[in-house]
Order: sequence, then C-alpha cells, then structure tokens
Amino acid sequence: MPKQLEVRDVETHAPTLVGANTAVQTDDLHAWFDQLHALRGITLNVPERQVTAIIGPSGCGKSTFLRCLNRMHELVPSARVSGTVRVHDQDIYAPGIDPVLVRRRVGMVFQKPNPFPTMNIYDNVAAGVRLAGERDRRRLDDVVERSLRAAALWEEVKDRLRKPGTSLSGGQQQRLCIARALAVSPEVLLMDEPASALDPAATLRIEELARDLAKEITIVIVTHNMQQAARVSDVTGFFLGGQLVEFGPTNGLFTRPTDKRTEDYITGRFG
Amino acid sequence: MDPRYRLRRGMDQGMTLVCFLCTLLVLTPLVLVLTFLAQTGLSALNWDFFTKLPGAAGEPGGGMANAITGTLILIGLAGCLGIPIGVLGGTFLSEYPQTQVSRISRFAADVMNGIPSIVMGLFAYVLIVLPLRHFSALAGGVALGVMLIPTVMRTTEEVVRLVPQSVREAALALGIPQWKTTLRVVLPTATAGIVTGIMIALARIAGETAPLLFTAFGNRFWNRSILQPIAALPLQIFAYAISPFDDWHRQAWAGALVLVAIVLVVNVGARYATSRQVRLR
Ligand SMILES: Nc1ncnc2c1ncn2[C@@H]1O[C@H](COP(=O)(O)OP(=O)(O)OP(=O)(O)O)[C@@H](O)[C@H]1O
Ligand SMILES: [Mg+2]
Repeated sequence: MPKQLEVRDVETHAPTLVGANTAVQTDDLHAWFDQLHALRGITLNVPERQVTAIIGPSGCGKSTFLRCLNRMHELVPSARVSGTVRVHDQDIYAPGIDPVLVRRRVGMVFQKPNPFPTMNIYDNVAAGVRLAGERDRRRLDDVVERSLRAAALWEEVKDRLRKPGTSLSGGQQQRLCIARALAVSPEVLLMDEPASALDPAATLRIEELARDLAKEITIVIVTHNMQQAARVSDVTGFFLGGQLVEFGPTNGLFTRPTDKRTEDYITGRFG
Repeated sequence: MDPRYRLRRGMDQGMTLVCFLCTLLVLTPLVLVLTFLAQTGLSALNWDFFTKLPGAAGEPGGGMANAITGTLILIGLAGCLGIPIGVLGGTFLSEYPQTQVSRISRFAADVMNGIPSIVMGLFAYVLIVLPLRHFSALAGGVALGVMLIPTVMRTTEEVVRLVPQSVREAALALGIPQWKTTLRVVLPTATAGIVTGIMIALARIAGETAPLLFTAFGNRFWNRSILQPIAALPLQIFAYAISPFDDWHRQAWAGALVLVAIVLVVNVGARYATSRQVRLR
C-alpha cells in the first residue's frame, strides 16, 4: 500500500506526479556483496506502464538495484538484501515467495546480448514458455510470433526462424533477447544498459521499442547515456554511491535538478 | 637493417623450428606404432577373423568374432554405468563448486584416477564376482565403468564451467528453475566438450586388460548372458601373444589392429557428431 506522503520523500513518489499507479515500490532497500554495501536505502516508486530511467556514474549500484527487483541479486554467492520490494503490491522478498515465479513477472534484458548459443531463433524465444511446460505447437508458434512482433524483429527473421540465434547482428540479437523476455508475459521489464554494445542506429531502435513497450508493460532502464534517458523515459532516478539522490519526472530532473550533485552529473562535471 | 630486429627475427624463426621438431617427435611413436600394427596385423586380417570363433589350440584358422563383440558389449556396459554418473556428477561439481560434497568427490575422483586399473578389477571382483560365484560380463563392465567415472566427471566439470555465466543468468531471468536451467540450457551448451571427454575416457578403457582378468575372464565361445564370462580383445590378444603358435601371434597383431580401429572409429564418429553441433552456433 502506498504510504503517507511526507515532505522529505516527495521525490520518491514520482508516480503520483506523473499520474500513474505504482508497479514496483521499494522501501529502504539495502544490498550487499559480502562486506560491500552497494545499495544504501533506496526508497522509490516505479510508475506503471511508463519508462523509468536509472542514471548515475559507474559503480553507483544501478545494476545491483535492477537485480534486486527480480531477485537476481541473490544468485551472487554471499550477496544480501534487506528492505522491501513490492511488485504490484506483492512483497517479493516475503518468506515463501518463489524467486522463479518473481522472475516470470519481472523480466530482464542484459547489457550484452546473450541468446542461448545452442538454440535457433524460434527456440530462443520459445524457451521460457516451453521450459515452463508448454508443449502445444500452435500456442508456441503464436507466442513466438507475438513476441517477435512486439520486439520489432518479426519482419527481419520470419523467414529464418530455424537459424541459430547467434547468427543475427548485435542489435538483432538484443531485440531477440527482448522478445525472449516478452514471451513469458512479464508485468515489468528491466533493461540493464540494453544498447551500450550497439551502434547508434540499433540504439535508436531499442529506444523506440522501449517507448512502444511501455504502452503495455512497465519498463525500468539503466543507462549511461543522458540523452538516452531524456529521450526514452518518463521518470528518472539519479543514483550516486548506492543512494538515490533525486527521483522525478524526467523533464523536471533534466531542466531543473533540485540537487547540486544531480546538476553536476547531468552537466557532465563528473561521472 | 637494425641488428636487434635481425636477432629477434632469427629467434622467432628458430623457436618456430624447435616447436615444429617437437611436434614431429611427438608424432613419431604414434606413426611408428600404427605402421607396424598395420603391416603385421593386416596380413592376418580376413573374413574369418571377424566371423569365426577361435580355433582349437595350435590349429591355424579361426577368428576373434566373440572377442570383438565382447569388447563392444563391455564398452557399452561400462558406458551405461560410467557416463550418466560421470556427467551428472561433473555437472554437480561445476554448478555447486563450494559444497562439502563437491570437495570430497573432487578429491575422490582424483584419487580414483590414480588407482591402478587392476585394483578396479579387484573391486568388481569383490562386489560382483564373489556374490554371484562366477565371472561375468557384468563384472567386467562394472570394473571398466567405475574407471570411466573420474575422467568423465572431471572433464565434464571443466567444460560445464566454461559455459558463460551470462547464459545461466539469461535462463534464470526467464523464470526457469535452476535444475532446468542446468539440464536444458547449460548442459546442451557444453555438449561438444562433454562428448569429447567421454570419448577420450572410452578410448582409454577399451584397451584395458588388467581389470578384466578376474571379472570378464574371457571366453572361447559366444557369450549368452551378461552374467556369463565374456571374451574381450585385450584378453584375447594377451592370451594369443604369449602362446607358442605363430598363427596365434599373427592373430594377436590383427586383434590389436582391430582394437585401435574401434577406438579410432568411435573418436572420429564423435568428433563428426559434435562438429555438426558446434557449427550450429
Ligand atoms: N558480483 C559482484 N561481486 C562483488 N561486488 C560487486 C559485484 N557486482 C558489483 N559489485 C560492486 O557493487 C557496486 C555496485 O555495482 P553495480 O554493478 O550495481 O554498478 P553500476 O551502477 O551498474 O555500474 P556500471 O554503470 O559500471 O554498470 C560496485 O562497487 C561494484 O564493484
Ligand atoms: Mg551496471
């Protein structure tokens, strides 16, 4: 449940400012790698069916934050989390919650395209549904086509679905990974610098795609590129040293940052 | 020209030559053995050799049909036991490297690798021959199968560990459970390496004689059940080689040639099968 608005954390309530419901809500989220305190109390609300950008200098905890939202963080040996994360009002760290089911609701796209090397294009997209037990050929065909269309890749690959996923170009591979993530119908899609390994044209396609997808699902995108954040996102959060410095509608954050550190960062004075 | 550059280029060419000579040196025994085997073995190879049972002692003629099939059966039995245990065990070692079980079994596998093969024969003797009260193909298969486990396990561990972490994360992030990720995504990615490891291990046990001495024991006739003694090429080669008959000596060479050929065919076949898979990538 959204808690009472307090003055000091008005900025964490960006959803109310852009007039949307909350898809993901974190409250005092801390994360550690062994002794290293990587996230130091992140409290923010990710608006539903919007694009939320996370920016900040290298090593500030952007990826760690993302990986806490679908319980991938705990895969690192000796990693720890405290605080709460709610996805559509379900506490995903509550005891008895199966991380496997969380990850089906909160999908992820990685920095480097990582299609399954032994699978063809079709099998890559179908993998999530198929390994969850779906056998019906027609339904699989359907999921594959729908996901590839949603990832704006269908026209390019429809005649070579049986070719290896790794035979595609880098940008196509990344869209293949997006299609693969979409195939299990997630409510939220996390994208960790999805375009940083791609050329400008392929980057633009991914950005357009993120905007398009946000009509249906919630997108959280990590980026190093300020222009990209400004282009794709509705809401932006600026991280520094494991803390959330500023969070609010992208427009406002980039034109009238309230914090000196945000201003320094977006004007390129450090980072 | 700069003398230092000349020196460097000279060094480079010299080292290349040394490497080339070393390669030749490594290849020489292999080529010598193979040509010698082919020369002496081929003369005794004929249709009878592949289709007939051994003749009576001292009589020329007869063949090793039972030993050839026996060796194939023993390899098959050993594979049924050793491959699944080795592959699954190696996968466990790679996916859960830090557990106590992993540390112990890794150590055990390394110790087992160093145990003389005749001791493996003793093991199968005590485990199977004594309770059943007679020598059997099963006992031979178990002795060889146990020898497979450590090699298959360690090579599987190595190649499964080479599968990039990003592949595992991609699968887990799709909400695929850990065990399915391992079996359906990680293992297929490592197939080529695993198969190569299996082949090397099989080739090694195919020629083992010692563990078969008091397990499979050998048989002059066809084997009717895996609970009966069975003939095997290495045993037959040994028996013929120490016999006083010239014809048997020549047949022993032919047997050795066939054994090498079996190993070669298995290896080439596996390479072909996996190379097709690799090309898919
Ligand atoms: N697997 C790991 N083990 C130990 N420490 C880690 C691990 N991954 C990240 N860290 C540390 O946690 C901190 C946050 O890392 P994180 O990857 O979240 O940064 P980031 O903001 O995503 O950086 P970048 O922009 O370079 O991707 C860093 O100090 C990093 O060194
Ligand atoms: Mg990162």
